[in-house]
Amino acid sequence: MGLTKLGFLYKTLVLEHAKQPHHYALHLPEGSHQKTLHNPTCGDTVNVAVQIQNGHLQKVCFNGQGCTISQAAASMMTDELTGRSVDEAQQLIQAFLDLCMGKEISPTMQRKLGDAAVMGTVAEFPARIKCATLSWHAVQEILMQNDC
Amino acid sequence: MDVQTVRKDFPILNQRVNGEPLVYFDNAATSQTPLPVLDAVRNYYLTENANVHRGVHTLAERATEHYERVRQKVACFINAETAEDIIFTRSTTESLNVIARGFGDQVVEAGDEIVVTAMEHHSNLVPWQELAMRTGAKLKFIELDAKQKLSLESAAEQITPRTKIVAATAASNVLGTVTPICQLAKLAHQVQAFMVVDAAQLVGHQPVDVQKWGADFIAFSGHKMLAPTGIGVLYGRNDVLQMMRPVQFGGEMIEDVTRTKTTFKRSPLGFEAGTPNISGVVGLGAAIDYLKQIGFSAIAQHEQELVDYLLPRLCGVTGVTLYGPQNEHTGVFAFNISGLHPHDVATGLDMEGVAVRAGHHCAQPLMQTLGVNATVRASVAFYNTIDECQRFLDALVAVREFFQNGIN
Repeated sequence: MGLTKLGFLYKTLVLEHAKQPHHYALHLPEGSHQKTLHNPTCGDTVNVAVQIQNGHLQKVCFNGQGCTISQAAASMMTDELTGRSVDEAQQLIQAFLDLCMGKEISPTMQRKLGDAAVMGTVAEFPARIKCATLSWHAVQEILMQNDC
Repeated sequence: MDVQTVRKDFPILNQRVNGEPLVYFDNAATSQTPLPVLDAVRNYYLTENANVHRGVHTLAERATEHYERVRQKVACFINAETAEDIIFTRSTTESLNVIARGFGDQVVEAGDEIVVTAMEHHSNLVPWQELAMRTGAKLKFIELDAKQKLSLESAAEQITPRTKIVAATAASNVLGTVTPICQLAKLAHQVQAFMVVDAAQLVGHQPVDVQKWGADFIAFSGHKMLAPTGIGVLYGRNDVLQMMRPVQFGGEMIEDVTRTKTTFKRSPLGFEAGTPNISGVVGLGAAIDYLKQIGFSAIAQHEQELVDYLLPRLCGVTGVTLYGPQNEHTGVFAFNISGLHPHDVATGLDMEGVAVRAGHHCAQPLMQTLGVNATVRASVAFYNTIDECQRFLDALVAVREFFQNGIN
């Protein structure tokens, strides 16, 4: 039955994050770095906000509309990136993007990604990779643009 | 028409996807290509391949003759007066861009109006937005009525003596409706405006008659009517084509070139710069033959049977909202399941072997009108079966239950 494979992508953890996303903020904090990205295939939008202090991501939050995968991936991202140094965050983001593209990442990175590591199965659903990576790309752009 | 016999011409349909038999319900995005079309393209490369309108050798002669024969065939297919009214492009989108640039720029001035409908595909909206911005014209919209059909009342309000161009799709790629083009063309012509029709969603399903429509221009793509991708058609009535300027310049389209000045060929070659998609044209010709052989009355009858089966049952699935009219529909069904994102539904259906589209269907302003970001869209063609409709419905229920209850 085809839906067995569906359970492989939509693990309970993913469904839980999507149902009640962490750090979902209807109003993004003033004075934070913000970035809006669109998924042009479905019209979904994610708005991400990052507060950076002393070279660390003090607060990461988001809002926007999206599918289960995009909401869960954004929720997990806020958990895993909060409190990280900018360098560490950039490395984690790259590791997450690699993981979603089906590339191997080190066990250390795998561990550091925490819950977000389960999104690696999205690599087997190529049409959905963009959904998983959208919010992570948004933070990546914030960190690059602000030359943090 | 025996659907099982027809399906033998479409071997792609006979395969498993994710372990399940494929149900191809994404026909509004692109149709599948039957063996006679593939054979025609192959035979062309095996026996005729040469550049058209250039060589004097026999192969070039053969290729040119075939290319021009298809132009005549397309003219008959849409009831154009002459083959010179048929210009080959790469897609509906290119055709519409050429009309907006080459013709729109000639006739639209600041203060004029361009009127489109609320349900246009981006390809029949953005070129007009751009034209309006270039010229200072105003872009106006014909709205939908309460049943989500095009409102002729709104059309009569929006089309005014300042209107220069009315552009409308012949069939919605989202709402499952057919547009009353004759009435729109009449309203346009009453104010001396030009009628442009995006026929992409209609050509493979119903006969097109540009003269009956009263269309000044129409655009369509081969790949939505069994032909390969990369071949499109721009029809313009002879007198309006004479007002249109080429938008691409270079090979084939010229009459005479000096260091400082060039004169262009007349239609159609003057609008076909560069080596065209000759094998695509050959494929398009074979697709027209194939459609004719089956016959539009048989196609329409079978598609209607599929619609009659699907429409009440899809509406009956708990949680489903169907967009467009609820009691009549073309083979295009855009819908959502309450609480589920269309991408999740489409991935679920894919796991069950069912290919549908999820997204905004290149009609974001329509999505805004409908108050959604995106929808799922299932679209059938004459080679689909009632059995496939039922498998799609069963898969839909299974997917909804998966997301509501988790997997057991």
